[in-house]
Amino acid sequence: MSELTLTVMRLGFLAVLWLFVIVAVQVIRSDLFGTRVTQRGSRRDAGRPQQAARQAPPQQRQQSGGGGRRGRNTPTKLVVTEGTLTGTTVALQGQTITLGRAHDSTIVLDDDYASSRHARIYPDRDGQWIVEDLGSTNGTYLDRTRLTTPTPISLGAPIRIGKTVIELRK
Amino acid sequence: MSSTTNPSTQHTSTIGAIGAPSRRNTELALLVFAVVIPVFAYANVGLALDGEMPTGLLSYGLGLGLMAGVGHLAVRKFAPYADPLLLPLATLLNGIGLVAIWRLDQSKRLQASSTFVEAAPRQLMYSALGVALFMAVLFFLKDHRVLQRYTYISMVGALVLLLLPLVPGLGHNVFGARIWIKIPGLGTLQPGEFAKIVLAVFFAGYLMVKRDALALASRRFMGLYLPRGRDLGPIIVVWIISILILVFETDLGTSLLFFGMFVIMLYVATERTSWIVFGLLMSAVGAVGVASFEPHIQTRVQAWLDPMREFELSRAGVSDGIVHSEQAMQALWAFGSGGTLGSGWGQGHSDLIGFAANSDFILATFGEEIGLAGVMALLLLYALIVERGVRTSLAARDPFGKLLAIGLSGAFALQVFVVAGGVMGLIPLTGMTMPFLAYGGSSVIANWALIGILLRISDTARRPAPAPATNPDAEMTQVVRP
Repeated sequence: MSELTLTVMRLGFLAVLWLFVIVAVQVIRSDLFGTRVTQRGSRRDAGRPQQAARQAPPQQRQQSGGGGRRGRNTPTKLVVTEGTLTGTTVALQGQTITLGRAHDSTIVLDDDYASSRHARIYPDRDGQWIVEDLGSTNGTYLDRTRLTTPTPISLGAPIRIGKTVIELRK
Repeated sequence: MSSTTNPSTQHTSTIGAIGAPSRRNTELALLVFAVVIPVFAYANVGLALDGEMPTGLLSYGLGLGLMAGVGHLAVRKFAPYADPLLLPLATLLNGIGLVAIWRLDQSKRLQASSTFVEAAPRQLMYSALGVALFMAVLFFLKDHRVLQRYTYISMVGALVLLLLPLVPGLGHNVFGARIWIKIPGLGTLQPGEFAKIVLAVFFAGYLMVKRDALALASRRFMGLYLPRGRDLGPIIVVWIISILILVFETDLGTSLLFFGMFVIMLYVATERTSWIVFGLLMSAVGAVGVASFEPHIQTRVQAWLDPMREFELSRAGVSDGIVHSEQAMQALWAFGSGGTLGSGWGQGHSDLIGFAANSDFILATFGEEIGLAGVMALLLLYALIVERGVRTSLAARDPFGKLLAIGLSGAFALQVFVVAGGVMGLIPLTGMTMPFLAYGGSSVIANWALIGILLRISDTARRPAPAPATNPDAEMTQVVRP
């Protein structure tokens, strides 16, 4: 076997070995799945969150399956207007949105006044969005009133949890 | 997975969740890669030694491919969300190890020795057994938390495994270290390799229950949390056992491995740095103490401090009751002559090491034939296995799984360190084998089982959480409309 062939094979083997290491590291990099955060500008193409774990109750899913009824006053997104998360939006697509300090909430509140499962926001049968307090310690306020029952939300009404304020917008 | 927000980043963002992918196809692609690399090396050895393709190329490639394929199917079936990297990494290391063992089989020098046996076919058989055990682990161990029930049985089992080599008639003394047992008709077995896994189960189960007592009841002194006297009990018991192993089995590696594993798990369980300080102090005291009167350990330390002198003594045939070994120096020469890029497969002379060239000293063969660049890649492969283990431990939701994963990957890392450090002259040499690379049935089989358990834990950890049960009260809720 010629010297050249062996040299090429020797270096080739090292190259292939290192290539494997690099590919393995790439796999680790792509393996860091979790939350997908997209900038607002490019929301159109990536704004369809796959709610794998957080499924809405059955009757709500049925409705969201057909795309929902889009009236004039149907909100399309939820916006955080005050608090540490100011500016964060969540697209409303018929799924239940949970708020609280628990790390598996849709919106994780980093707020001393929030309970771990503080409140949830979900669409009812008619596509009307409802906010419900989940027995939080410090309460959820819609405008100025403390919630005691699930209450429909009108567009632009501030929902206050501790220092965080959330609004539904078109 | 559900979505979370990160308060510190951009404030104009949309949040959505991505479900956990199973990554099985990535694993398959990497596996194909991991089978092709050793086949390439195998062809390279044949071309370098005889100038033609080796005759066993096809059967070797098929054998390795079959093992990998069957292992992959088992993972697909029984652990669909498991980590995609562990299986390919283990397959690659096992495959390259087989090539190196086969390459040493071809050496005329080794063939001339009286104890020569064809090691590669046996190693292939052991690897197949290992993969079979790997699949058995995935099949029978549906949930790693089952192991938690056997905490104290594991302790007894591990002690029995560790003490077996000391039983007269069963124990088998190979060149000073009593770490083998001889099973008539089946060959020899190194129970310590299996004890490693069983002991990790015991430590995980024990520390999970006791960690609060060990972590909280302490006084602060000079920046360190000093544990109460009675909480020192467990660490002292494990220390005494590892010292006993050192004295009676004269094996520094096994002893270091068990004590090190316990200290790592203790540290992870309690988050107290003081345990590491205590552990290091105790192992230093123990090692120095035992080395002062045990001749076998003394020889190892001598060979570590001055390998050249040992080499010359051995060459001169000095017999002063101690076995002088040329190997430590020869291994260093092998690394030296390999240089950065190595001499190329089949073109080194690491077979000069002679005895144990394909087991304890296999890293020297790699050092010579694929050089620093190759050995670094191999060490990185080991590091990646350990990294995936630690990652699994971080992702695991239950404390038992966390501790078990960290214990197993810690033991794996320690073993690689002890062997590689010993062969390279960083620490005194011990009679342990490089996981997957080196010739040795017990080691290969036990390490495949270890990978199996890690895969099981990572499958549980990465599996998407089941959808929350719908609240039965939801239907009853009345919405008040204004």
